[in-house]
Amino acid sequence: MGTEKEAIGDRSLTTVVSVRDVWKSYGKVEVVKGVSFDVDEGTTTVIFGPSGAGKSTLLRCINMLHPPDRGTVFLRDIDLMKTGSKMNYYRSRFGMVFQHFNLFSHLTVLNNVTIGPRVVRKIPKDDAKAIAMKAIEKVRMKDWCNQYPSQLSGGQKQRVGIARALAMDPDVILLDEPTSALDPELIGEVLQTMLDLAKEKKTMICVTHEMGFAKAVASEMIFMDEGVVVESGSPEHFFRNPTNERTKRFLSRLTELYGRHEGKERAAADQE
Amino acid sequence: MIDYLGDLLEGLLVTFQLSFTALGIGGILGLAAALARIYGNKPLSYLANGYIELIRGTPLTVQLFIIYFGLPSLGLLFSPTFSAIVALGVNSGAYQAEYFRGAIESIGGGQMEAALSVGMSRLQAILRIILPQAFRLALPSWSNEAAYLPKYSSVAFLVTVPELLAKSKMVISRNLKPLEVYLVVGLIYLVTIATISKILDMMYEKYKITVE
Repeated sequence: MGTEKEAIGDRSLTTVVSVRDVWKSYGKVEVVKGVSFDVDEGTTTVIFGPSGAGKSTLLRCINMLHPPDRGTVFLRDIDLMKTGSKMNYYRSRFGMVFQHFNLFSHLTVLNNVTIGPRVVRKIPKDDAKAIAMKAIEKVRMKDWCNQYPSQLSGGQKQRVGIARALAMDPDVILLDEPTSALDPELIGEVLQTMLDLAKEKKTMICVTHEMGFAKAVASEMIFMDEGVVVESGSPEHFFRNPTNERTKRFLSRLTELYGRHEGKERAAADQE
Repeated sequence: MIDYLGDLLEGLLVTFQLSFTALGIGGILGLAAALARIYGNKPLSYLANGYIELIRGTPLTVQLFIIYFGLPSLGLLFSPTFSAIVALGVNSGAYQAEYFRGAIESIGGGQMEAALSVGMSRLQAILRIILPQAFRLALPSWSNEAAYLPKYSSVAFLVTVPELLAKSKMVISRNLKPLEVYLVVGLIYLVTIATISKILDMMYEKYKITVE
């Protein structure tokens, strides 16, 4: 107990999420090995690193989709590992956006977004619909309300995925490689939506390799490899003088691969 | 020919009664067994698996005879119709379990993750997200079961339930025209099953979904 109180004590007042020494393994494979960081209200934290680094698992530990084996996560002053039967409720305080969208296939766009408020927050049908419409308008999908997910493009699906997360009015939005399953020409519309959210000061933790997005909105970047945080800091730090050799190698590989897109996104971000 | 059609239709009503009740019982058992196998703890999962393997590995007739002729020696005496409905229902449940399980497993973990991440409990996720999709996906293979049951229910004549086949045997013992009567009975089964299949096909077309 004592150590936890200390842990709370040294956080700044505006900290929304505090990840404290999180460990997670599946069978004998240790995927996340002691990760800690804080996320401040209204900021975007970008997590990047090679595949298998434990980024997606870390996100799932944060919203207790896969509770950590050791360590914990605080949402404001609530220790999520101690929420017991209320864990489902606290999970709804995190919106989650998935790499492969995971829209509910049997529901229309509108119902995909309404179902959370209705089932989890027990909001009456009409009010839930109003909330959902606001979220759907925000991601510019109003005209597709009555379509089914299979009738949408990847970019549209992902924007609905974001609307579904927004409709729960979450404290934090977790995005798990939201653009990496998209065709290049569809990435822009999703990034634009994410930039809009950042501009509205939504708190986000985003696993992504879109370095243009990171440069434009991230206040903190975290480079992960083999389950640990190798290096963290501001975008300026990462793009001017990363200290770790692994970080440097990974960043230069990214620039080789994505250099072209980065310029485009940057331009989009600069317009804002 | 017309003079015994009434008898046969009476038998058909009993056949419907047997097969639809059994389909319902089998649906409940099958769904429970499928959920137990996928989401249950180890003992539940083994129990469900044992049920499915036991039923699928033994003939329906043997199952029926155990209930109707066997259980009375343990003091459990059931009417012919009740025995037939239980046997058919328990039997159908094992097959339906596999249809439901296949459908649930084809949905993939992403749907469950998404449901949990909006704050649903596991039960809410199963009821609101997984099952509505599983039913739609299971419908084509489940249609087989609905089409088989009216035919399989004819084993009930072995325990003297007056269903369609039993009625036809009674008619034949009166009019001594087996070929004619069995052809008519065959035709009645054919029309019945074609109708059921058509209705289920229409349902499938109406509700079908593309899983992401």
